[in-house]
This record gives sequence, C-alpha cells and structure tokens, in this order.
Amino acid sequence: MIAPLTSLDRPNSYIGRSVPRPNAKRLLAGRGRYISDLKLPRMLHAAFLRSPHAHAKIAAINADEARALEGVHLVATGEDLAKICMPWTGTLDHFRGMTSAPQLPLPVDRVVWTGQAVVAVVAESRAIAEDALELIEVDYEDLPLVVDIDGAREVGGPVINSGSANNTCFHAQLDSGTVDVAFASAAHVVEEEFTFGRHTAVTLEPRAIVADYDPAAGTLTVHHATQTPYQFQDLYSRHYGIPEARVRVIATDIGGSFGMKLHVYHEDMAVVGLSILLGRPVKYVADRIESFVSDIHARDHRVHARMALDAKGEILAMDVLDLTAIGAFSTYPRTSVVEGNQVIRLIGAPYRFKNYRATLEVIFQNKVQTSQYRAVGHPIACAVAERLVDIAAAKLGLDPFAIRAQNVIADDAYPQTSPTGYRFEALSHQACLKRLHDIMDYDGLRAEQADLRKRGIYRGIGIATFVEITNPSPAFYGVGGARISSQDGAILSLTPSGEVRCLISVTEQGQGTEAIISQIVADQLGLAQEHVKVITGDTEVTPHGGATWACRGAGIGGETALQATRALKRNILEIAALILQEQSSALDIIDGHVVDAATRNQRMPVAEIARIAYFRSDTLPPGTQAQLTVSHHFAPQGYPFAFTNGIQGCSLEIDVETGFIRVLKHFIVEDCGRVINPMLVDEQLRGGIVQGLGAALFEECRYSDTGQLMNGSLADYLVPMPMEMPDIVIAHVETPTADTVLGAKGVGEAGTAAASACVLNAVNDALAPFDATINSVPITPTKVLKALKRF
Amino acid sequence: MNHSDETLLDDADETVRVRLVVNGRKVACEVAPRETLVDCLRNSLELTGTHAGCEMGACGACLVQLDGRAVHSCLMFAVQADGAAINTIEGLSDSGLIADLQAEFHRRNALQCGFCTPGMLINAHELLSQVAQPSREEIRDALSGNYCRCTGYEAIVDAIDAVAKARSAGGGAT
Ligand code: FES
Ligand code: FES
Repeated sequence: MIAPLTSLDRPNSYIGRSVPRPNAKRLLAGRGRYISDLKLPRMLHAAFLRSPHAHAKIAAINADEARALEGVHLVATGEDLAKICMPWTGTLDHFRGMTSAPQLPLPVDRVVWTGQAVVAVVAESRAIAEDALELIEVDYEDLPLVVDIDGAREVGGPVINSGSANNTCFHAQLDSGTVDVAFASAAHVVEEEFTFGRHTAVTLEPRAIVADYDPAAGTLTVHHATQTPYQFQDLYSRHYGIPEARVRVIATDIGGSFGMKLHVYHEDMAVVGLSILLGRPVKYVADRIESFVSDIHARDHRVHARMALDAKGEILAMDVLDLTAIGAFSTYPRTSVVEGNQVIRLIGAPYRFKNYRATLEVIFQNKVQTSQYRAVGHPIACAVAERLVDIAAAKLGLDPFAIRAQNVIADDAYPQTSPTGYRFEALSHQACLKRLHDIMDYDGLRAEQADLRKRGIYRGIGIATFVEITNPSPAFYGVGGARISSQDGAILSLTPSGEVRCLISVTEQGQGTEAIISQIVADQLGLAQEHVKVITGDTEVTPHGGATWACRGAGIGGETALQATRALKRNILEIAALILQEQSSALDIIDGHVVDAATRNQRMPVAEIARIAYFRSDTLPPGTQAQLTVSHHFAPQGYPFAFTNGIQGCSLEIDVETGFIRVLKHFIVEDCGRVINPMLVDEQLRGGIVQGLGAALFEECRYSDTGQLMNGSLADYLVPMPMEMPDIVIAHVETPTADTVLGAKGVGEAGTAAASACVLNAVNDALAPFDATINSVPITPTKVLKALKRF
Repeated sequence: MNHSDETLLDDADETVRVRLVVNGRKVACEVAPRETLVDCLRNSLELTGTHAGCEMGACGACLVQLDGRAVHSCLMFAVQADGAAINTIEGLSDSGLIADLQAEFHRRNALQCGFCTPGMLINAHELLSQVAQPSREEIRDALSGNYCRCTGYEAIVDAIDAVAKARSAGGGAT
C-alpha cells in the first residue's frame, strides 16, 4: 500500500521534517567557537575577589601588594568602576510599587551575599590574576543578615533592602470571583503548603565574556556568551555612555543558557568597564564555583494553597499565597518578580473554575539573585495545582485521569480567559489527556503497580497537566519600560550564485534555531536547505530583535523568516517575469528553478536570475532595479502570548528502606502548534524534562544559617546524569496558532514545566499505602525517609 | 611581601618543558607546574575542542585519550603528561576513527549546545573499543561521568547503541 501524499512529499518541503542541524557537524568535530575559546591580541584576564560574608560593610580595601605583582595591569574596586558606569535598578514600571536598590558592577560600601564580587584584578593570565587576589586585604564589618523567608519578613528584623522600611520587593494581589463564598459552600476543601528549593541552571559552559574597548575609535566590541545580544548592546551603550551604533555584541556558540545567560551579571558589567579603563581586550570566564555563587538561582518559593470542590469533584475556587525569596537585589533588566507573577497567574490554568484569589510577596534575603530560568514559574504553578487536584481526587475516590477529564477546559470551548486574565486562543487538554492515557498504557501500569505492591515493591504513577507561556508580545517587558524587543528581524539576500543568506535576530544555543530557520527559508523559497546559510548572534550584522528567550525562536523568529522569504520570493519572481515576459503570478519556484505555477515545467534556474540581476542588469527593461535583498520585521499581534499545553506522566519506584527513587519511564504529550522539525522538538522536550527531573529529585542550592552556599561544586550539587535518567516517550497534538501564517508556538519549556509536578504526584502515589506525603522539592531520599518516619 | 608569598610566586613563575605527541604530532611546550593538561591543550596548543566544565573530574567535558585511554585532562597536570601520546577530539575527528559515531550523533541530534559532545564522543569511543555490544544500561553506566545539561541523554544512548550494532553487523568499523 502506498501512503497518501502529504505536503512533505513536495520537493523542498522542510516544514515538518526531521532534518539534522547543519551546524551540529562543527560541534561534533570539536570545532565549536565558544567565547571561552576566544583569544584576542593583547588580551588580558580578569579575576574577582569575592565576599566571604553574606552581609557586611566594606571598611577598607588594601590592594597595594596586588598592584605591585608582576603581570598585573589593573586592580579595580567598586569606586573605580562607579566613576564610569551608571548604576542599574531591577524594577519594571508595570509591577507597581516594586523596589530594589541600585546596583553597580562592584559594591562600594556593602556586600549583600556570599560570593559577591568585590575587587577585580586584570592580569596577563588568569593564574596571575588569581595570585594577585590572594594579596588583597579587605576589612569587613559583619552586618545582621537575613537568610530564610521568615527571617526576612520578621518585623523589626534586619533590613537589607537599603532605602526601604522592609525587605519586600513586590506585593501583588489577584482576586476574581467570590472566593470566600465558593469555599463556604464547597463540599470538599483541600489545602497544602509547598516548598520549592533554590536551584540553578548549571550550563556546562560557565558564563564567558571578552570585552574589547578601542579608545581610538570609541567602539566597544563584546564577545558575550549570551542569548540576547541586542539587549546587551543597549545596556552596555547606556550604562557606559557609548553610542549604541558603536557597541557591538557578538554571541557565537554558547555552551547552554536556559534563561540564565540573559541577565546582567556584576562581573560582566565590570569586565566591560575594565576594558574601557585599560583600552585592551579583557576576558573573564567563570569557573564552576563562581557559577554556583554568582549565576542566578531560580524558584525558592513557599506556597500555601487551598482548592474548593463540589461533591462531584468539580473545582470551584482556589486561594493561593506565594512567598518567594529572590536574594539581595532584583535582577536587571527583567527583574526577579516575573517568576512569582507567573506562578500566581498560571496556577490552575488548565481548569475551568472562575473563583481565584492569589497573593504574591517577593522578598529580599542575603543570597545571590534568583531570576528567570527555563519555564519561569511554571513548575511551581503546575506542582501546586496538580498536587491539589490529586489530593482532591484521592479524597473523592476519583482516578487522577478522571478528575482532570472532568475539570479541564474543553477543547471546543476556546477562546477562553483564565481567572487571572490570560487569554487562551486554543488548547487541547482533552486530546492530550486521552493520548497520554494510551501511550502510558495507564491501565497496565496500574495493574502492575497493584501486583508489585503485594510483593513489597512500591511504584508510583503521576500525571500533571500544564499550560506553557510562549511567544510573548510587548505586554511582557515592553510595557514595563524595559528595552527588550518583542519583535524580531531578518535580512535575506539572494547571492549571485542563487543561494540565500539569512541574517536573523533569533539566536542559537543548541536548540536548533539556525536549522529551523533554514528549513523555513528553503521551504518557502523552493530551494535545497544546504543552499541557505543562516547567520545569527552579531548585533553589527543581524537586525535588531528580541533573540531567543521565552520560547520565541520558532513562533516569532520562524514567522519573521517566513514573511521575509515570501517577500524575497515575490521580488525574484518579478524579475523572472520580466525576463520570461510572463505574469509573476503564473510562476513559482521549485528545486531552485523558476517554474510555471500550473504545469511545474522548469523555465529557468534561480541562479540565472541572480546572475542577470547582478552582472547584466543592462539586459533588464529600463527602470528595473532588482531588489534581491529584503529586510522584514515581525512583532506578535493578536493574542499577547501563544499559550501551549500538554500533559506529562511518570512511573517510578521507591525503595522504602533507603528512600531512593528510580524514575522508570517518563511520558509527555505536548501541543506546540505547527511542528517545524519533529526531531528537534522531541529533543527539546527530552532536555527540558531532564532539567525538570533534576529539580524534582536532586538539585538544590543549600545555604547554611550564615548564608554560605554549602554545595558549590558539581561533586556536591547533584545534577541528572545518564544513569539516573529514564527513557522518555513523546506524542504530539498539533493546534497551530491562527495568529501567524506559520502557526508555530514555543516548546523549549514544556518539558521542565510539569516534570516536578508529575514526579511529586508519582512519589505521593507510591507512598499512599504508608499514609505518607511529601510536598516539597527536591524530593531527596532523606525527605522520603522522613515522610515514612524512618529517619 | 612575606617570605612564603615570594616562594609561592616564584614557583608559579617557573616553567617546565614538556614533550608530547598530540594528535600524532610531536610538540613541546613550556608549562607552569600548576598548569593542568586541559589548560595546556586549550591555551598553549590552541586545541579548544577539549572543554572544561567543572575542573574536578565530575563532568567529563575534558576527556582526552592519553596513551590510548580516556582520561580527565582537568585532573592531570601538564607535566604529568610528559612523554605521553594524546588524542583530542580534533585528532580523532581528523583520523576518521569516530566518523560513524559523529554521523550517528548528527543524525539523531544527540547534542544541542555541543559543549559536552567532545567528552561524550571520547567516552563512547572508549566504551566501544572495550565492549563491542554494550546494553543500553551499560552505555548509560559508561556515560555516568559525562554531564549534559541540554539533551535528555536518550539520543546519545541511542546513537552509541546504533553504532555498536552497525559495527558488529559490518564486522567492526574500526
Ligand atoms: S572539566 Fe574535567 S571532568 Fe569536568
Ligand atoms: S549538548 Fe549542551 S551540554 Fe550536552
């Protein structure tokens, strides 16, 4: 039997096809060009002396011996950099009442977390710079500190948020519907307090930057391992007073980012200043310990939540308090409030209920900043809602699938607005639930579980439904006054040989941006993919845009590329029409040839059009100016976000003697709209799930009572390794967004969004026979044993 | 400056000449005794394919082949490698020895940012040279010192598994 032809059977149809990433070959040959590999002529190396105290006054700094050391070119303190760098403040206008103290590259009078960079040394090698650090003496006077959430909220306790009466960064309240009435009339109320530990991105390549200021030209070039070069071009320009067009940020290969590499870090800002002070290139690459103490951390929430249900298990209302501790400052320029804000707005998003109340309190403490990291707020929102749904199901004697099937918003009920004001265009919870039930072989797993339980083997099955925020519009940061683009741009040129060069503002960190952009361009233009070259990550070359964050690469970058390609194709066909004395509407391009649209008969190669236009324009009709380079920008319109959805399932086993958890298999059904490259989507999901499993089971930045990070190395901070990770089964539902021609939504955070929730539910399912429950992540063996009262 | 600082700095200044055969070529470099092999490869020899992720033997990004065995180049001083034959990802790539592994990693997208990838490939190469047909469990076990933050590991396991099968079926690619 011959399968019916699909659009994939067209020549040059790449949208929807699992093609490998062209740029991956370089990386496989060890020919990546990461910023940490970069070496420039006259380049010097920076190292930082870091605070051993969580909160202290800097009384004096003596760096004379360090300055005298051979090979040392500069020792700079906070004062030195304050003279040339404008301070920054991590607040956004639309978070009304939000506060955070101004920040400088290095502190001038006070340190506020352990590991904060205090003094910078620039030397001929990193080793010499580190030698010099040992010769610097800093006199600190300890100040009272706040380490945990409760301490920070204590009235009359130490205030670390200078210029403020308390440690509150932000407070918000949502209230829709009649929550108290709903709770009063509810047949069932379930209630729980959850804690979520701090964890961090642990990109395999730590942060890296080379700043190169040329005083003669007045130009600054920064090679920066970042996701968002345009944002940094703007920031370096404004904070160091260099005209924007003279600042160039280049982001080549990046060894992982996950949201961590888009925030302003003190050291990075300092390195730019050091290069300006010296007029030479200065390089800084964080080592692993520095990464742990200075990269942003994420999560750190304590959530108290209640859910009201009627007698049949219909969700009536939710009431939530989210306390989140963000460290000593709010990050810049995206702030540390976004995560909590997303938590309270996403809780319960898959469900139909209308009565919702939530309070968010964002609190300062003497730790490193927390901020946006993959799936911002999602894992917390998802875990809180999904755990309560499971607790309710148990109370009502319902199956986890049944209670969800009863309560999710129906697939035919869109558009919908959530009680928190999010507008959903079209989601597919019902379809996803059904698919998950099938691919898990849910009934089979339950039967096996019951069987094994009799033999003293405790397995758990957990599911979790989620909604993911992707493709943010200007409503995300722009309205708050942040200069973060929600549009992206592309410049497409036909080369004289008939190939295409595409300069695009979305960036590549391994997720396959360049590959999918070349697929879209090749598909829309009718060329072979190898004839499309995609260039990203250089503000001097590529047009301004938001770049890659919040899952906007495919949905926004892809649409930008699609529209730019269509414009180029129109131009090519217009020239072809002139040459062939034909209507351009009667022509098309297939396999690099202009063809008759109706018959597909080849008329002439695209390369011939390029040759004529570039080298023999004299043969074109008078007045013709061939436009074989087009530029196009695209900003999302319509819905403010392209929400996606999906559901995850997890099967695991707990050793009740040791508390060890083994994830046996993980499942996900996910709907990201139009899938451009199924293989890359699946790998995004797998990578995301594994990050979520890390958070669920291992990862936590643990601090002592005095604010010392106690596990700042890869030997003490556990990350998911191949042995502990399960195989992951994936299925898709496709609900394209109608807001774009392409129809793609984001997918990078879906895996992380629900993994913790899923594991939490599965662990509690496994522990059910013992009447033991756990409501905090990471779920360590100790917590399991404590829940079992065996520790 | 007190006396102990001076000794410390003098020691740091001193360099030693080490001779190596790197990727089949004889090289000599001047290294400080405290310099690790990964730093020597990356900085002195400009072989940046070998990466440093943790500098304490936990992540596997720095694996190279030394006298035929995979070793952590972050856990070794360059002086300790004096006289050794070292293959880095660059040399293994050029030799074509791991071409089938690289092709399979590519085909299955068993890498994202690519930072862990040289170490993964060197470890996979070592595994397959010792065990012709490892089980998936054995592959995961062998990779248990190779950290990857981007992938979910599964595609890497799939790729190694596929190469093992293909090599056995074809009488061994190496
Ligand atoms: S850098 Fe050597 S094992 Fe991580
Ligand atoms: S591909 Fe990025 S660390 Fe493995």
